[in-house]
Amino acid sequence: MIRSHILVCTGTGCSSSDSPKIIAEFEEQLSLQGMENEAKVIKTGCFGLCALGPIVTVYPEGACYVHVTPDDVEEIVSEHIVKGRIVKRLLHRGEVDAAPAASLSDTNFYKHQRRIALRNCGVINPENIEEYIAVDGYSALGRILTEQVPPQKVINDIKASGLRGRGGAGFSTGMKWQFTHDAVSEDGIKYVCCNADEGDPGAFMDRSVLEGDPFSVIEAMTIAGYAVGSHQGYIYVRAEYPIAVQRLNHAIAQAKEYGLLGENIFESGFSFDLELRLGAGAFVCGEETALLTSIEGHRGEPRTRPPFPPNKGLGQRPTLLNNVETYANITWILNNGPEAFASVGTEKSKGTKVFALGGKITNTGLVEIPMGTTLRTVVEDIGGGVPGGKKFKAAQTGGPSGGCIPASLIDTPIDYESLGAIGSMMGSGGLIVMDEDNCMVDIAKFFLEFVVDESCGKCSPCRIGTKRLLELLTKITEGNGEPEDLDTIEELCNHIKASALCGLGQTAPNPVLSTLRHFREEYEAHVYEKRCPAGVCKALIQYIVDPSKCKGCTRCARGCPTGAISGAVRAPHIINQSKCIKCGACMDHCRFDAIYKQ
Amino acid sequence: MPNCKTVVPFRGTPEQQARLTQVIEAHKGQPGATMPVLQAAQEIYGYLPEEVQIMVAEGLDIPLSEVYGVASFYAQFTMNPKGKYQISVCLGTACYVKGAAAILNAVEQKLGIAPGSITPDGKFSLDSCRCVGACGLAPVMMINNDVYGRLTPDQVGPILDMYK
Repeated sequence: MIRSHILVCTGTGCSSSDSPKIIAEFEEQLSLQGMENEAKVIKTGCFGLCALGPIVTVYPEGACYVHVTPDDVEEIVSEHIVKGRIVKRLLHRGEVDAAPAASLSDTNFYKHQRRIALRNCGVINPENIEEYIAVDGYSALGRILTEQVPPQKVINDIKASGLRGRGGAGFSTGMKWQFTHDAVSEDGIKYVCCNADEGDPGAFMDRSVLEGDPFSVIEAMTIAGYAVGSHQGYIYVRAEYPIAVQRLNHAIAQAKEYGLLGENIFESGFSFDLELRLGAGAFVCGEETALLTSIEGHRGEPRTRPPFPPNKGLGQRPTLLNNVETYANITWILNNGPEAFASVGTEKSKGTKVFALGGKITNTGLVEIPMGTTLRTVVEDIGGGVPGGKKFKAAQTGGPSGGCIPASLIDTPIDYESLGAIGSMMGSGGLIVMDEDNCMVDIAKFFLEFVVDESCGKCSPCRIGTKRLLELLTKITEGNGEPEDLDTIEELCNHIKASALCGLGQTAPNPVLSTLRHFREEYEAHVYEKRCPAGVCKALIQYIVDPSKCKGCTRCARGCPTGAISGAVRAPHIINQSKCIKCGACMDHCRFDAIYKQ
Repeated sequence: MPNCKTVVPFRGTPEQQARLTQVIEAHKGQPGATMPVLQAAQEIYGYLPEEVQIMVAEGLDIPLSEVYGVASFYAQFTMNPKGKYQISVCLGTACYVKGAAAILNAVEQKLGIAPGSITPDGKFSLDSCRCVGACGLAPVMMINNDVYGRLTPDQVGPILDMYK
């Protein structure tokens, strides 16, 4: 009899830190110690605590082991599985009480979360459809098809839930379904598509859903097909996500085998087929019209809207296009009722939102919070604050289309309207935390470099305008900024916002505008005082040896790639500024903290 | 622009061509065939030189300009051969704020090549990429399919030495 289940995370983060080896080691140790019939190893999707990976959870105790290495496996098997004694040294420790937390849901990281879209991630084996069925999978589709619920009733439920698009813009999902349902297709063909081209750097929510719970997206797309009158779907997924692609392919094949996808589903007469299309690394393809053009096999350039995809999309036919996380909410809504969903969140933003927490934060990983949770809760309680005793400076949401939230606005509730009001946006869910060592001008420049690189070149405001903007920012970070540059930047930003063709171009100036709005004094320090307060912009900093701390050990001089450091042994050294390339190697080499930046 | 015509002579084998022909036949006439065929072609040859683009255009019966248009648009497609070990340093936001620029710098110094190019012996090619999705491990570098996370510039040299 199987009495223990060993859940090992096989998301991209944990796989990168050896979880496949850990699984192999568990299987070997279980058979060596004669436990193969009493404990079972299960591969799951992401638990969310990526910073502590690889993660292994053992049920029924719910003990969560972190930073597990293949060498730890023998001990877990001999102590926990054989003798029933939890291996305390490997347990995840709650940040506040510092005592080992036996159960995951007791930790600060999970206490403030509410898992709807991620409900099955880390809980079920994403490669086994029966595990999905066991957690209410396919009950929504089954009920709708066998009871012949009218499509309009399904759409009404989605509308009543208040669900809005999780890709960033926040358009009402129910309305989108209604428009596609109402649109007339001349040859009767309509399409249902899923946007899994998660290109926003620093965001991996959709990837984790596809890796951890692919069936929920497939079931939701099938329901969408029934609701809007479509029999063919496409999932456009990034080729950079090999694990997600493999699990989706596997899941589609399994669903077909079980008669839950393909011809005559649940013997209801309704048919729906699904195909994958791999993206090829173009950020602009996250924009809906560009994505559809790319599925058609062309350069992924956007086109003007209207007509919107619900009227004219793929191959000029009515097309419903939703994001992965949006689909992941659908079956929960239909199983639990739209009222249950609408009871979570704020007045205008219902439900939860998944964020990928990254940057200067202790608990990097994946979190799902009710809408309206404050940024403070996310950063301080769930995220465990900024590591190394540094000060929280800003959080960036919405990636290259979003903006920065400064420390002074840390009590802002996270919902579509509040974030928009302070010049940021919800975005798809990347949330990058920055501390005092990050220069906001440099961050704005980083996002612009991204946009310049990824601009498709179809419209001139984006192709030329962002390039000019980047030149101005580069000028400032190199110490050549002039006072009028700041006004020129603002003016150019507003022109690009007003005239670019697609969402990518129109939002490209946001990182610049929001940092200018909240951190203008930092721009001014670069321009007027030729100083980078965070010590990041190379042209504006100097590395200096503090003679009172320098012991003359010569480590820095030996580590300097340009030979810019001189000095006798046991006498304070000096950096020749004209030779220094500001690589910072000396600072890394110094053991006495004697080198500082100014 | 690094993604231009390569100077390396084309060394396709008849066996590779037979595999490509098979892929083209399977996709011919389907709407949106260009991208899946180019993706398969890149897997077969490792890159998409002019010779391969011509085969795809003729096989699918579409203008070469259209094939080139698609091949040059997407970051995944490359017209230059890659090294035996393909290094990509992630410059996504999470890695960037945690010092990815210094990692890239260290690789450049160690190998003496810039992103988008290949070492003269064909061993290493270097690229920067946008987020491999392992943000919890930032900063991250990939060599072929191996992911190295929580990197510091000092670790770059010893890691590259393992791939000699």
